[in-house]
This record gives sequence, C-alpha cells and structure tokens, in this order.
Amino acid sequence: MSNPPDLVPGEPDASSEDRPSPESESRRSVHDLWLSGTEAPRELGPFTDEGAQEMLAGESPELLASQTGTLVDDDYEVSSRSADDELQIINMGPQHPATHGVLRLHLELDGETIRRVKPIIGYLHTGMEKTAEALTFMQGSTNVTRMDYLSPLHNELGYSLAVEKLLEVEVPPRAAAIRVLMSELNRIASHLLWCATSGFDIGALSMMIYGLRERESLLEFFEKTTGLRMNHNYIRPGGVAADLPPDWREDMVSIIAIVEAGLADYVTLLLGNPIFIERTRGVGILTHDECLAYGVTGPVARASGVDYDVRKVFPYSGFEQYDFEVPTTTNGDVYDRFLIRFEEIRQSIRIVKQVVETIPDGDYRTEDRKVTPPPRARIDESMEALIHHFKIFTEGFKVPAGETYQAVESSRGELGMYLVSDGGSKPWRLHVRGPSFANVQSLPMMLADSLIADTVAALASADPVMGDVDR
Amino acid sequence: MTTVPAGLVAAAAAFPEVEFESVLGDTVARASRDEVVGLLEAVRDAGFELFIDLCAVDYLSRNPRFDIAVNVVSVSQSLRLRVLVGIPGTDPQMPTVSSVYPGSNFYEREAFDLFGIEFSDHPDMTRILLPDDWEGHPLRKDIPVGSVPVQFKGANKAR
Repeated sequence: MSNPPDLVPGEPDASSEDRPSPESESRRSVHDLWLSGTEAPRELGPFTDEGAQEMLAGESPELLASQTGTLVDDDYEVSSRSADDELQIINMGPQHPATHGVLRLHLELDGETIRRVKPIIGYLHTGMEKTAEALTFMQGSTNVTRMDYLSPLHNELGYSLAVEKLLEVEVPPRAAAIRVLMSELNRIASHLLWCATSGFDIGALSMMIYGLRERESLLEFFEKTTGLRMNHNYIRPGGVAADLPPDWREDMVSIIAIVEAGLADYVTLLLGNPIFIERTRGVGILTHDECLAYGVTGPVARASGVDYDVRKVFPYSGFEQYDFEVPTTTNGDVYDRFLIRFEEIRQSIRIVKQVVETIPDGDYRTEDRKVTPPPRARIDESMEALIHHFKIFTEGFKVPAGETYQAVESSRGELGMYLVSDGGSKPWRLHVRGPSFANVQSLPMMLADSLIADTVAALASADPVMGDVDR
Repeated sequence: MTTVPAGLVAAAAAFPEVEFESVLGDTVARASRDEVVGLLEAVRDAGFELFIDLCAVDYLSRNPRFDIAVNVVSVSQSLRLRVLVGIPGTDPQMPTVSSVYPGSNFYEREAFDLFGIEFSDHPDMTRILLPDDWEGHPLRKDIPVGSVPVQFKGANKAR
C-alpha cells in the first residue's frame, strides 16, 4: 500500500512507519465480528479456481471422441462447426434450480449447441464415508440414510444387509417382508417426486403439484410407521425398528388407490401431450453400450435396453418370492425414462399388494441377542440382561473381520455398500457406490451435440441426487 | 482354482498368477498392479460388461497398505466379480483401468482425491469431491476425524 508520491505532500517517512499500516487498521475497525483479539485472521491461502476454466486436463483424440458422443445418433446434428475461438463456456449451477441440488455443469457451447460437458461435483461433500468409520455398526444406519435423501430406506437396507452378511445373522421372514414393503413404497415416493420435478423442469407446471400431492400419502405412512418423513433410521442391522402400525392394511389400500389414480392422470397429462413429446423424444440419448461402459444403472439404463435390475439378477431380502416385471425400452431418451418410471411405479404397487397378502406373522427383528438388546421385562429381573443392554448401546456389537459388497436396487439404480470390518464395533471402511455418481458421469455422453435447452430435460431424466453423488 | 465360475475359466487360465477365491458368496480375484489392466480386459471380454464400482481401502499397518477394489458385473451370467489390487503405501499409484471401463474415470478421481492413489495415464487426474487446493487425502487412516481446520471462530488450533 504505497500512495502515489504526488498525493502525499511533505509527509516525513519516519512518522508513517511508526503508525500501524492503514491496511491492518482498517481490518480491525471494519471487521467488528472478529472477537478473539489475540491474533490476526488466519491467511486462507490462494483461492481455488474450482475446477479451472478448462474442460479436461489432457485431451487425446480418443477422449474427445468419447466425450462428444459422436457415435450416437443424436437429436441434433451439428452441420457446421465453429472455430475453437468462437466457442463459449458457460457454467450452469451450482445454484441453478434445474440442477436438483448443487451440481455444476461446465458447458462448452457452439452457438446454441452443446459441444462438451464437464460435470463438477463435490459441493455437498461432507465426508460421510469418514463419519461412518467413527460410528458403531448400530449407529451407522443414521448416517447412510442421509446420503440419498430421497430413498433413505434403500440406503438403510443396503447397509443393514451388508452388516448382516458379515455377522451371518438371518432376519425373520416378517422383517424381510416389511423391508420389501417399505423399500418399494420408498421407490414409489421417489419416482413420484421425480415425476413432479422433471415435469416441472420441462414445463408441465401442474405436474409439480400433482406429484407432490400423491407422494404426501406415502410420507404420511412413513411418518406413522417410522416416526419421520425422511431419514427414517427404520431398517437396522437385525431387522426393523418397529412393527407396522395396526391399521397398515387399510393404509395400503388407500395409498394404492391414490397412486394409481394419480398415475392415470400423469399418463393423460404428459404422454399424449404434443409439447411434452417434442421436448422429450430423442433428447438426451444414451446407448446400451454407453450405459454398460459408464456403469449407468437403474431406470436410465433400462430405458436404453439394459435388462439389469439387482432385485432380479442378485435377489436380496426375499425379492425372489415376489412376482414382478423389469420394464425395458430401447430408445434411451427422456421420453422412455418417463415410461420406465411410470411402469416401475405399477410394478412396485404389484409387489406391495403381494406383501399385503403374503406377509407372515412373527418377529420384526432377529432374536439374536448379539445384535438385538434384551426385552424390557428382562432388564428388570436380570443383571446380566441390563449389562448386555448397556454394552450394546455404548460399545456396540462386534462384527467379524472381513469385507463384503452388498447391492440393492434403489430408485436410481444399483446402490452398493462395500463394507470392511476389522473385527471391532465400528466399520473399518464403508464405501457407498451411489447410483447417481455414475449417472452424473454419463451426462457428457447424454448432452453432447444437443441444444442447450435440452440440458434441463436430460439432466432431470437422469435423476441425480447430490447427497448420493457427493456423500 | 475350484471356485472360478464357468464364465471366467478362460480369463483365469490366461493369468495363472491371479488368485480366485470365494468370500461370503462373492467371487474375488487378487491381482498385482501390472496384471490388473490385462485381467480386466480379459474379464470384460468374458462377458463382464457392466462396470460397477472402484474404491480404495486403507489398511494402514498392512503391507501393501492400500487395496483397490474393482467391482464388475456380468448381467447375462448373473455374476459379480471383485478384483482386489494391493497398492504399497510408499508408492501409491497404479495404471488406470478407464481404458477398459471408461466408467472408472470418476471413481479413480475419487480414490485419488480421498486416498492419494494416483492412476497413471488417467485422462484427468484431478480432485473431484474436495476443492483443488485441499491439502492431504482425508480418508487415509492416519488423518483422524476432526483434524481438518475450519474457518469458524475459535478453531485456530493447528492441525
């Protein structure tokens, strides 16, 4: 901070050195909220440029080919390409309302055409995998349920199954059936919210109200059963937290009626609408091979003809007992993803109806005292039971050393839990394979060579949940 | 070698050094760093076309210190395969598998970001979840929970 000499007339140099420099003075007076008074604020170092204004660090011709998706017969063919210095780079997000969270897309534009896309993630990263290492196995389900916050029960289910696999604990048939019921209801709720938001993004504004209205009936049931509308911590290692409410069968009847009526409305509202068809047909195409290579799973992959559903291929929690279809289509565009999700809601309703008919009586959690605390009555009469109860909730139960990978089909695709135990009561490592992470990775292929206005439709159809991407 | 599933016999025969075993119902192959790309190519050609997952595990006191676990699936054969690669802590790097499975791109960046394992020949070996100027690799076991300085008042302690 040196003033130009002609503006400081006749000031001797020595007195200006005695005074504190104007910079520190202004910092003390302006920053009133700095209260510690002992030291200056820590230097934060050079600020990051957050992913840089460049598309990729090293650009080989093969990489460019894979990035631009030139092998795909897309909706919009680029007849003439502009010179590289006429390209424009635009950041969409992380605060853009259509990115469904804090996703940032780095778009390289040629006029109105997207040439390349680079998804930039991490704005919601809170280190939940590290947190999982500090929580006991019993506390872990409170953590994982917050990852994919729109399908929390799938997270809990995958985590609980992984822990039970290492423990070699079997859950009672009623607990398994309750898990199937709740995870299918969660799939319906998640798909309904997806219909609402992506219909809204495309311009069907009434869809927003309809989808949320129907989802409300499911959230009310979740609240009644688990105590919470989201982040339930209901499915736990060893079973579920509580039995279903006494009148749950009547609730199922009314929920199914509400959802089926709503679904019929959506079909008439959207699928025959010429504007909707214009905005979704042939938009955001992913091919079958691209889905496989980039690890895309779930409804997005099934819309491209990948017949992969974890419930069918690697059944868990007794899904092999239930009769349901895995819908697939071959176009791989946004319109097909709507069709797939509508059909999945119908198939989930089928499973729910079968659970209502076939659910067995019995315990809702395992009677294995290793993971389940003793019943309340025993604690009053037995000192050992009291000690055991205390130990389970303070130290937690120990899980044999080993590693396992357990996948479940969440609303967005394969949700995998890679769990490593060292024999203690806390996981040594929990890696969560979030389906949204891989689906976000496929956005460059989905969006390349399409119009910028289609970004919103294609992005919404991938249904990324940033809590699942960043963890 | 008795636990090798039928679809993988050819791939297993081409790589006699690779040990296949069955762990809690999963087929697990343990490969070295030099073999892993070739093995995964053979595995992909054997019908394991769906890339699922790649993640790192830090065992800290073990040698080799890190494990990279690559998960792939054969949809047609209903098979899952996990390939484990040991990575020494003194030289944390391995060849990228994104040439075989392009989907491993983001996962390798995540492993680099959180564990500091570098993947050679990776097209874009940069941080993915944390800011670019972040120091350290927080999921390593020698970094305890809560050791990261934050910008709030009263949190001026050294790391």
